[in-house]
Amino acid sequence: MEDVRPVEDDCQAGHMQAAQAGHSRRNFIKGVIAAGASVSASSYVFKEGAVARAQAPGAVERLVTLTVNGRQRRVDVLPQETLATTLRYKLGLTGTKIGCDRSECGACTVLVDGVPQYSCSMLTHQVRGRALQTIEGLQAEDGTLHPIQQAVVDEQGFQCAFCMPGFVMNMVAMIDENPNPTRKEAAQFLSGNLCRCADYNKILNVALQGAEYTRRG
Amino acid sequence: MADYKLIGKPYSIADLVAKVTGRAKYAEDFRADGMLFAKLLSSPMPHGRVRSIDTSAAEAMPGVEAILTADDLPPVDAPGEAGLTNEPMYEGEPILAVAAVDETTAANAIEAIRVDMEPLPFAVDPLDSLRPGGSNARLDGNTMVNRELANVKWDDVDWAAIDRGEMQTNGEVAEEWEVGDVEAGLAEADLVIDETVFHQSMGHQPLESRTSMAYWQNGKCYLHTSTQSTQRTHGAAARGIGIAPEDLVLVAEYCGGGFGSKIFGSIQMKIPALLSQKAGKPVMMRITRQEEHFIGRARPGLQGRVKIGFRRDGRITAMDMFFVQDGGPYGMSGDYVVVPDQSTLMYQPLSHRFRGISVYTNTPPRSPQRAPGGLQAVSMFSPLMQKAAKELGIDPLEMIRINAPAGQAKLGRPDENGEQGNVSSAFVVEAADLAEQTFDWQAMRARSGQRNGTRVTGVGVALSSFNAGAWGMDGLLTIRPDGKVYIQQGIGNLGTGSVFDTGRAAMEALKTDWDQAEVIWGDTSKHLPWSIVQAGSNTIHTHTRTNYAAGEDARRKLQEIAAGDLGGSPDDYDVADGRVFRRGARSSGLSFAQAARRAIELGGRFDGHELPEDINAVTTGAATALAGLGLMGVARDNYPTGGRVISHAIGFAEVEVDVETGAVVLKDYRVSTDVGTVINPRGLAAQLHGGGIQGFSAALAQKWVYDRRWGLQVSKRFYTNRPPTILDVPHEQPMAWAAQDKPDPFNPMGAKGVGETAEGAGSGAVLCAIADALGDGYFNRTPLQLDLILTKIEQLPPAFSTLTAHV
Repeated sequence: MEDVRPVEDDCQAGHMQAAQAGHSRRNFIKGVIAAGASVSASSYVFKEGAVARAQAPGAVERLVTLTVNGRQRRVDVLPQETLATTLRYKLGLTGTKIGCDRSECGACTVLVDGVPQYSCSMLTHQVRGRALQTIEGLQAEDGTLHPIQQAVVDEQGFQCAFCMPGFVMNMVAMIDENPNPTRKEAAQFLSGNLCRCADYNKILNVALQGAEYTRRG
Repeated sequence: MADYKLIGKPYSIADLVAKVTGRAKYAEDFRADGMLFAKLLSSPMPHGRVRSIDTSAAEAMPGVEAILTADDLPPVDAPGEAGLTNEPMYEGEPILAVAAVDETTAANAIEAIRVDMEPLPFAVDPLDSLRPGGSNARLDGNTMVNRELANVKWDDVDWAAIDRGEMQTNGEVAEEWEVGDVEAGLAEADLVIDETVFHQSMGHQPLESRTSMAYWQNGKCYLHTSTQSTQRTHGAAARGIGIAPEDLVLVAEYCGGGFGSKIFGSIQMKIPALLSQKAGKPVMMRITRQEEHFIGRARPGLQGRVKIGFRRDGRITAMDMFFVQDGGPYGMSGDYVVVPDQSTLMYQPLSHRFRGISVYTNTPPRSPQRAPGGLQAVSMFSPLMQKAAKELGIDPLEMIRINAPAGQAKLGRPDENGEQGNVSSAFVVEAADLAEQTFDWQAMRARSGQRNGTRVTGVGVALSSFNAGAWGMDGLLTIRPDGKVYIQQGIGNLGTGSVFDTGRAAMEALKTDWDQAEVIWGDTSKHLPWSIVQAGSNTIHTHTRTNYAAGEDARRKLQEIAAGDLGGSPDDYDVADGRVFRRGARSSGLSFAQAARRAIELGGRFDGHELPEDINAVTTGAATALAGLGLMGVARDNYPTGGRVISHAIGFAEVEVDVETGAVVLKDYRVSTDVGTVINPRGLAAQLHGGGIQGFSAALAQKWVYDRRWGLQVSKRFYTNRPPTILDVPHEQPMAWAAQDKPDPFNPMGAKGVGETAEGAGSGAVLCAIADALGDGYFNRTPLQLDLILTKIEQLPPAFSTLTAHV
């Protein structure tokens, strides 16, 4: 198979500005083409389609091993399948939401080797051998919430919460990079995520409270 | 204020852990064995007629299981909307749907279907449809007059003036009324403001699109959908599918945003249900962002002319309003009639006149959007109020006080006897006074006009009002032998928290800790009572009433059971902390668990086997299903009413406008409110600031752009119709809020809703602040984007007429 180059530098949700969205989208499509599949502008692609099956080039290994929330998961993946699709429809991890499927909203943000990425715009084949973390992987085995999760509960963060998993994953990455952000720095880091309820004031309260909980240990 | 155990206290919302761990299931998170996927074929043109559909190639494709067309749907009377159509009336309107084994196959099938369409005349700007000879959006008329479809053209109107951007007011309208003598009021005024105004149409854009999944089991349809309400969506969904409500189980525990676009769910939720029936398999219909943009509903735009007369002391003598509403292709939005309703409340003019018409257009269907008509009123009028305040030399906050509604103030359209309605309470002057102190308004005002390099500071203030409650619904709860209080909620879980907040009224009546309560919501198989829609900021007021009523009913029954078992009269007993006990002798009594068991033994009205006669049939059905499970509290809300329930908010914005680039930075936003008693301070803050920011979006950002030649939209996604990000709003320090906590006299706890009134406050304040930064820079058009600001700064002629829609 052809080598599919990771594009994490282009897709970092936390640092993404609207103007850059097109850039990473191009890389995403380039990745799809490199993987030997065509992408249909009119559809999402999930399971192998009856028609796609007839045209499948067979150029990419289908059964892959992913490391998700610390576990090895074997999964049958199409060449053109996005990470968001695999997580939601193959692995049952529906906490990751699809809000736009085009790198516009950040609801699908997950961590890949600790870096926030829009999983709607990454191919699953790009993340083989890398550590994936989703919202389902934050809570400890004993039920203890991650400090960011605890801050959400304590601050009554978010409203409809469809954007929440993406924001929370981005916050987790943020405190890893900057454990003591100012409100402005937090806003900068989180600007790749949209909240349509516009609960930004409380979201920033959550980010700072979560950072403080983390510092306290 | 009263000494409450729970009301007004922060607490942890019950569903937050599910949401923050990813366990909360939204519509697209459900799976069913053998689930098919549906895709839509949508209209490529703004108006057309389907001549023929050839599905043979698609049907021959392996994996294609069912195709649903408009002919398969229950008929809908004009100007109603069916969900699939053979005469699409806007670009993106669904024509048919395909269910297949996977989405790729469904999408490929859609590509293989041949639809032969005849293009029909169209109109995307309502004024184009009113021109002599102008084409209509619908074949059966361009408006409704007296509830009948009609064709109205303005033959005797000065169209050259309209083309210059001056609205004319002699065209035929569909609605008009007058209170007092407007001409006399304008004649006696010391200052008359006379402006053409424009408010854009804008989509709701919830982050979760209107996805649904449906399957049939044992003759019943199970529908997992995204909807704001639950119990009220149930009936609407059953009607859409064409089945009896008892044959539908609707599951909607979470909703990823609605803002008015999913009040009764969506018109398209019937599609997976009917496809599933046809295919005999479950069907998931995911709606893409672009599809959501078209089918996801929108706020109607307005084009109008406003004249306001002011006395020298700032008092408004007359308001004369004339509006054309951009109505979309279906139904009839009431926004244009709500504008005078809310503006006559906010500004209490001594006289007013309204004339208006809603015109059909081939643009996405309209529905209420957060403060429908109220937001437009504040966005259009508050800059006019500021302009007048400047000309009269009056502090704009004082201008709000001078004209403020107070007490049971009157508003809106008069009835057949010429009498206006009234509100239950208004504490606007008090909200202004609170803001003046808390926010140091004078210091804020002193920063107006300050220059920092090329940036100039502007400050703005705006009053907003909107609906905040209703009455007459039912409350239902059971105290069960496990000692817990199960509160049945028919309202939805939209994320405002009100599905939990209003449940606290029941526990307040029982003076019992919140951790003893379980809220049941989001699934009609769980027996939900008759409820208001989760919309219109109704729930906090309406369902604190119902749940308090159910709590009081349970309390009386607890007292009766205790008196029966332990002696004395019911009034000798009190209820608190999960017990009913003798006053003055707390140890003599029963726990809730013991009382629940006794209620089941006693039966009758104690455990729901006998029910009140005045409750709704829906509640009777739900209560009958729960009978025998414990002590039942069930009651219709019969508390006194005192007029329409309206809340108020006053927004204060501080902006910097770069006078070289036109760029606007929102520096600060503060908001003071009259929302009655505060039920949940965090929920209130979320509504005030989230609503305020949605107001910024209406003021500065969201709009549609149409290619007028072809009637096609070029702004179909977030990035071309951009809602605010976290960097677009004040983020360097927390935004402030203040509430007076003054109870509404017509609610057991004094509560009023808040979500809607918050949006206008944000929009109006920001529009005023930008105008303030530019001196006398009044703008009469939203959204206020760079081009308008730069044109104003450079004193250039406008690039297009003020009245042009969708540019």
